[in-house]
Formats: sequence, structure tokens, C-alpha cells
Amino acid sequence: MGVLSRKATCNSHGQDSSYFLGWQEYEKNPYDEVTNPHGIIQMGLAENQLSFDLLESWLAKNPDAASFRRDGQSIFKELALFQDYHGLPAFKNALVDFMAEIRGNKVTFDPNHIVLTAGATSANETLMFCLAEQGDAFLLPTPYYPGFDRDLKWRTGVEIVPIECTSSNRFQITASALEKAYEQAQKKNLRVKGVLVTNPSNPLGTSMTRDELDLLVNFISDKEIHLISDEIYSGTVFSSPAFVSIMEVLKDRNLEKTEVWERVHIVYSLSKDLGLPGFRVGAIYSNDPIVVAAATKMSSFGLVSSQTQYLLSAMLSDKKFTKEYIAKNHKRLQKRRSKLVAGLEKAGIGCLESNAGLFCWVDMRHLLSSDTFEAEMELWKRIVYDVKLNISPGSSCHCIEPGWFRVCFANMSEDTLKLAMQRLKSFVGSIAVNDRSHRDLKNSRRKFRTKWVFRLSFQSFHDREQDER
Amino acid sequence: MVAISKIATGNGHGENSPYFDGWKAYETNPFHPKDRPDGVIQMGLAENQLCFNFIKKWVMEHPEASLCSAQGVAKFKETALFQDYHGMPEFRQAVAKFMGKVRGDRVKFDPDRVVMSGGATGAHEMVAFCLADPGEAFLVPTPYYPGFDRDLRWRTGVELVPVVCESSNDFKITRNALETAYEKAKEANLRVKGLLITNPSNPLGTILDRETLKGIVKFINEKNIHLIGDEIYAATVFMEPEFVSISEIIEEVECNRDLIHIVYSLSKDMGFPGFRVGIVYSYNDAVVSCARKMSSFGLVSSQTQHLIASMLSDDGFVDSFIVESKDRLFKRHKYFTWSLSQVGIGSLKSNAGLFIWMDLRKLLKEKTFEAEMDLWRVIINEVKLNVSPGSSFHCNEPGWFRVCFANMDDHTMEVALLRIRTFMLKHNEAMVPQKLCRRSSLKLSLSRRRDGFMSPSIMSPQSPLVRAIN
Repeated sequence: MGVLSRKATCNSHGQDSSYFLGWQEYEKNPYDEVTNPHGIIQMGLAENQLSFDLLESWLAKNPDAASFRRDGQSIFKELALFQDYHGLPAFKNALVDFMAEIRGNKVTFDPNHIVLTAGATSANETLMFCLAEQGDAFLLPTPYYPGFDRDLKWRTGVEIVPIECTSSNRFQITASALEKAYEQAQKKNLRVKGVLVTNPSNPLGTSMTRDELDLLVNFISDKEIHLISDEIYSGTVFSSPAFVSIMEVLKDRNLEKTEVWERVHIVYSLSKDLGLPGFRVGAIYSNDPIVVAAATKMSSFGLVSSQTQYLLSAMLSDKKFTKEYIAKNHKRLQKRRSKLVAGLEKAGIGCLESNAGLFCWVDMRHLLSSDTFEAEMELWKRIVYDVKLNISPGSSCHCIEPGWFRVCFANMSEDTLKLAMQRLKSFVGSIAVNDRSHRDLKNSRRKFRTKWVFRLSFQSFHDREQDER
Repeated sequence: MVAISKIATGNGHGENSPYFDGWKAYETNPFHPKDRPDGVIQMGLAENQLCFNFIKKWVMEHPEASLCSAQGVAKFKETALFQDYHGMPEFRQAVAKFMGKVRGDRVKFDPDRVVMSGGATGAHEMVAFCLADPGEAFLVPTPYYPGFDRDLRWRTGVELVPVVCESSNDFKITRNALETAYEKAKEANLRVKGLLITNPSNPLGTILDRETLKGIVKFINEKNIHLIGDEIYAATVFMEPEFVSISEIIEEVECNRDLIHIVYSLSKDMGFPGFRVGIVYSYNDAVVSCARKMSSFGLVSSQTQHLIASMLSDDGFVDSFIVESKDRLFKRHKYFTWSLSQVGIGSLKSNAGLFIWMDLRKLLKEKTFEAEMDLWRVIINEVKLNVSPGSSFHCNEPGWFRVCFANMDDHTMEVALLRIRTFMLKHNEAMVPQKLCRRSSLKLSLSRRRDGFMSPSIMSPQSPLVRAIN
């Protein structure tokens, strides 16, 4: 047989990860309220399904945008022919305005610096092709989105070196963790080209503090490397602290028009903020015109359908709509998150305090039979197969501490969430009797470190603590 | 200060080719019947604009296909959420059916082998990533589409080795040429992983005959290399001989099917380059699997998948469209080539595509590519037509130009022909003053203009280099 490429035959597509295996199990036995009430509930997919009614009502009021018409005239032909990789100007203008609005208009973006791509997946890969050679490395704080292993490394040959973050300080990035990662890369003879952060974080659901952002700016300045800020969840910051974009920090520090300025790039998408992952709308924003030029040419490999650009340019130019959407969406996300947190509490489970995202970073360390990743996998399998919830194990996100899981809350109805929490509660109750006393002894060592960090305010856990004190 | 990548700063994007220079000239002075009647007419863009009124009618009559209309909005949410890289089943089924119909239903395509990509551009790059490692090579018959230099090589690190075809035998792909190219690659220490053919050909507008195709399939099996068939112009075959697809040949001769892959798109056959519908169809399961994962980098917008699924599952529409499109292309091609022949310009005999391979060898001052460039500059700057010089297609012989005929309305076509006539008259006078002066009374009948086929002024940019007018 004609041999295939190494890329085709290796595993760098990352799909043998447990993150994707959970999905496969879900596909085989998906929950449905009516037809399959005992199926697996999908809690591993970071989708925003809470605000479609707002989009649909906009569509109903704006029939032209939907059906290839402008001012009553058909523009089907013009759209069908439009393949300019510079993108539809009206769409780019509307998109940068939307991005600014999400950032409280504290920063503005230049439409000439934005490059449209087929989703954030394509944006991230394209930036790697632009910024790094095969064999170079990017530093990423852990835990991180499992898809990065494919998007950043697979076809580009770029390596990822983790910046290890721990629960000891809410998984925030520290100066020492950055330095350690940099040294790790050097030991492996990897040239570090930059740092990539996701802000707000997937899977943590937290937005970065100003201190962390300052730290990053100092670090990339010092090492003279790039910074990519994947801000695809920026529109999901539903409670304080308010989102601080890397651009804001640069502006506040008067770093515009400096070298550092040109080494900062943002990735955006409408898949999370607007809940439109199927439409494949991603973007790269760079302050470096050479990167913009190169990325623009590369976008030929994954342009945004003109049909979609047109629809969204109309939608996002409607400022009244975007204002209302952003506000309502935040409220719904916040409300839904609290329902998840309350449900988890009833099951004696806590999670990282978070203000953004479509998921919670859930702490199930106390349910592990041992402080190991094997135990985490064991627990995960039970949750997928016995409890019938597809959640994502922390190891698939490269977390260095076993026992953490990402649980999504915005991709299902409220009733389904309720059911999921009931299942979880029963499960925890059933193992509590057998395993808990055995594990409490192990957990007491960790207790003092974590107690003050987490808001774990539920009765049973407090009782246990009092016993141990 | 750390640099950005070599890929980003190098010339691998291929945009310094003269192919794109012509577009730049057009961009600075684009023709418009009212506002810029002396502007440059774009004849360098292979677009199919002849059937839009036909398609538009269908779109108007099927609001549910537009997803966001009142009739379609019930599907909005599930479609907007659909990012499965397998693609919508209805979409794959409709595309597979369409591909079959375009080949006269002589073969059937399996929807499960249909993999999406970001246009044919994305498809080619994806196939290269799947089949070859950096430093390995594909053989490509010349002349070939300039975009291949970028699509197959830029980010993949794959090399292209030309299979040189000559005008002496109408640019047919001979066994000899294939062997020569293969040996050349060996000499250069390049491992050949595959052969890429474009059938129907861009820029030639011809199709490969059955014998040539069989010979090609035999060749790749002997060498155990892949065959990639770019068939994006399959539905533009407007007259005999009938199109023969690789998918048909492999039913007729012995072939290791794991070596066979087809690249398809709706950009040319339907005239939808803006919708970015590219397809990789492979007979190799491992390639389908890998390509599907890679398609994450260039999925087709689900909004567009929905539209295409609706449109292409309408058998009545598809059957009429295929016939109508061929008819319009045939008529346009016939008129254009006839008009050119009236002023002594010949072209390669062709039966497909959206362009002709125009023969201007006798207009060259000398048989060199410099002379070709000189002539080309005259055509752009004086005749004010953007045509594409053969050298940008890696043609081994100077004097050939690709001229597109399906991307303009009738009026613009007439203006272009008038300019060509004027130019040729001047040229013929200069060459043979007495004899050809009588030709100045040439009056070509304009009654061949199609009635009711005057489309509104072209407003949208037609090349990736032109900024949109909005």
C-alpha cells in the first residue's frame, strides 16, 4: 500500500485521550428525556445552549439577513462569489465592535488587524504556523483544553511544555511556575517561542487576575517571546471580577507601539459566546502586521462561509441586540452555574470558585481511592458507566493533581441538570458508606492547604472536619 | 527579539507570481460598464457566473433552505450547534448523490467517504498532510493551477515535481513524461508519494481520455504511489467527449484502491466559491479517518451544509441545473472561441472548464518567457484585460494564456472581444499592413447576445486580493 504520512499514522491528533473516549461512550448511549431516560447525560461538551431563543427572535425580526437579501434585494450571487480572504468588511467591523463591547469598551480593536478563520481550532493552528518552527515550543498553563494537543502540535510539529498550576493557589500562574516551565523546555533543547493562555480559562472557568496578566507581560518581555491569549470565553464572564483582557493591561501600562505590543495575539470565536460552534467563526487578532498578513493568506485553508459572515454581520451590527444578548446571557449562565454548584454541594462535592465559562472545575479528590491518576480513571469510568454522566477527567486536561473533573452546565435543560445531580448524589451516597472513612485519613493531610481556598459549605463535609480536628 | 516562523516570512504563499500581479492591476482599475468603462476586465478568475438566476430562483422558492428564515428557523438551534466533523448526514448524502449525477450516474459515491474541507484549497493541503511527509514529493502535470504551489507545499513542506506536457500533442500526459518526472525526482533525492492530476484540466479546459487515465492508473499502481484526482470542474464538461472520472476507471482496471483519492468542491461546478464547500473523497479508509480528524481545521459552516443539503437533494433542480449549466457554458465557449478565431486567435480545442487556453505564440517577439511577460504587460496595460500568462502555470512553452469566459455578463464579454479585435487589427496592420487592412470592416454580428441574460453590474470583488466593496 502507498505509505501514508507520519502525521496520518501517529496519535498526535490526540483523539485517543479520555476526553474524546467519554464522548464516544455518550454517542453509544445518549440520554433522552423520552426515548432513553437511562442514557448517559452529556456534561463533557462546553456548549452554550441557554440563549438560542434570543437569537431566534432576532432572526424572526430580521428576515433579510437570514435569506440572502439586503434592503429587499437578493445578494445571493454576490455572497456566493465572495471568497476574499480579507473577509467581509461589514462583518469584521461588527466583530471588533462586539469584542470591544465584551471588554466593556475599555479597549478597541482595528478591523484591519483581524483575520477570520474556520473556528478557533483553525485560528490556534494558524498562529502556530506563523509564530513557530517545527520543534519549537509554547508554554501552556495546566490544566488546559485537551484539543490544544491536536490544534497546536499535530500538523505543525510544535511542542507544548506545561506551566504547572496547582490547587494551592486556585491554579493561578506564578512566576516560579513560568520559570520552571521555561527551564524544562531548555533542558529538552526546545526553543520557547511563546506562552499561550486561555482567559477565561478552560477548564477552570476563572478569569485571570490583573496580577497574573502583569506577570505574563513581564515574562514575555523578559524572554522576548510571544503571548497568545485565547479569549473565546470572554463573553461568558457572568460575575465579578470583571474580565480583564490582555489588551487592557498593555494599554494601561503604556505598552502600545512597543515591541511587546507586537508579540501579543488574541484568538477569538463565536462558538462559546454566541453558542454557534457549527458556523465555524474564529478569528486571530494580532498587533503585528506581518503576522496579520501571513495569517490572512493562511486563512485560505479555512475561510468563514460568506453566507455565515453576512448573517452575523447583520446580527452583530445590531447594537441593541448585542447589548441585550450579552446581559441576558450572563444572567442565565450565572443562574445555571449556581444550580450546578448547589446540586454538587448536596452530593458533598465542591468546586473551584469561578466567574466565567460554561463549566465548573469540580473537586472529587475526596472520592478517590488513592491520590493517583489510576484512581481518577477508576472514578471516571464509574461516573461514565454507572452514574451515566459524561464528565471530563482532569488528567485529560493535563492537570497535575488527580481528582479534578470538568463538568459542563450550559449544554442541557434545567431538568436534565437536575437529574444529573440526583444521580451524582445517589452515587456519592452509595460509596460514602463503604469508602469514605478509609479515605478521610488520607485526606486530612491535604485539608489544611485547601480548606481556606474553597467554598465548601455543606453539612456533611463540615461534620467530618470537626471530627478530624 | 524572537522572529516569527520561516513559513510566515517566506514566499511559500506564492503570491509573488505574475498570476496575482494581474489581479493587482485589475484591483487598481476594475472595469465597470458605467463607472469605469475603460477599466481592466477581469478574465483571470475562473468563476462560473452563468447560472445564478437559475439558482436564485430555487433559493427564493425554498426559504426553508436558508435556515434562518421563518420556514427554516425550527432547525436553527440544532444546526448552529452541529460541529461534528463527520458532517451532517444529509449534507454528505446530497453531495455524494450530486457527484454521482455529475458523472452521469455511471458510478456511485459512498456518503461515508465524503470528508469536508475548507474549499478545494483546504482539501489539497489536507490530502498532502495525510499522504506525504515534509521533503517528499508529488508529481504534477504542467501546465497546472498556480495555487497548487501554495496549497500542496507551503505549510506541508511537500515538494512538487512537474510532469512536462507539450503542445506538440495537445499537452497530453504521456507515459514517457511520467517516467521522466519520476526519474527526475529520484535524481533529486525526492521520494515520490503521489501523482496529482486535474481532470478536467485547469488551465487547459480539456478532459483526460480513457486510455490516458488507464495508463495513469497503471503507472501509479506500478510505482505504488497515490493518485489524487482533482475533479472540481467535473460538471463543466459542456460537450463531447464525455467526462471520465477516476472513480469509473478503477471499476474497469485492476487497481489498489487504497491509492485513490478525489478532491471535489462546489466552487466551480455550482459557482459557490464563497461558501467554502470542499470535499476529500478517498477510497482508503485510513485516509478517510485521518482526513476527517484534520477537517476540524476547515469544516463547512453548518448553515451552509444545511443549504447545500436542501439544494442538492432536490433531484429535479439538480438534473435541470446540470443540463442548463452545460448549455450556457457551451454557448458562451462557442461564441468566445469563434469570435477569437475571426481575428486570427486560436486556442487549444477544449470541451470543459471556465476558460480557454489561448495560443498567442505567434504574437511573441521571440520564443522566450521574457517576451511572454512583455506581451502580457501589453494585454493588461493597453488592451486592459487581465489574462493569466502560461508561465504562471509552469507551462514549458511561452506564448500561452488562460482566459476565463464564464465570470462576466454578455455586455462585458462584448467589450472584451471588441478590445481584442482592436488590438489584433493594430497588430495585424503592423505585421502585414495591406492584406489585413480590409479586415477593418469586420463587423461581427452582435445578435448572438443572449436575451434576458444581462446580469446587474458586478459589484463584488472576484479575487482574494481585492478588498470587498460593501
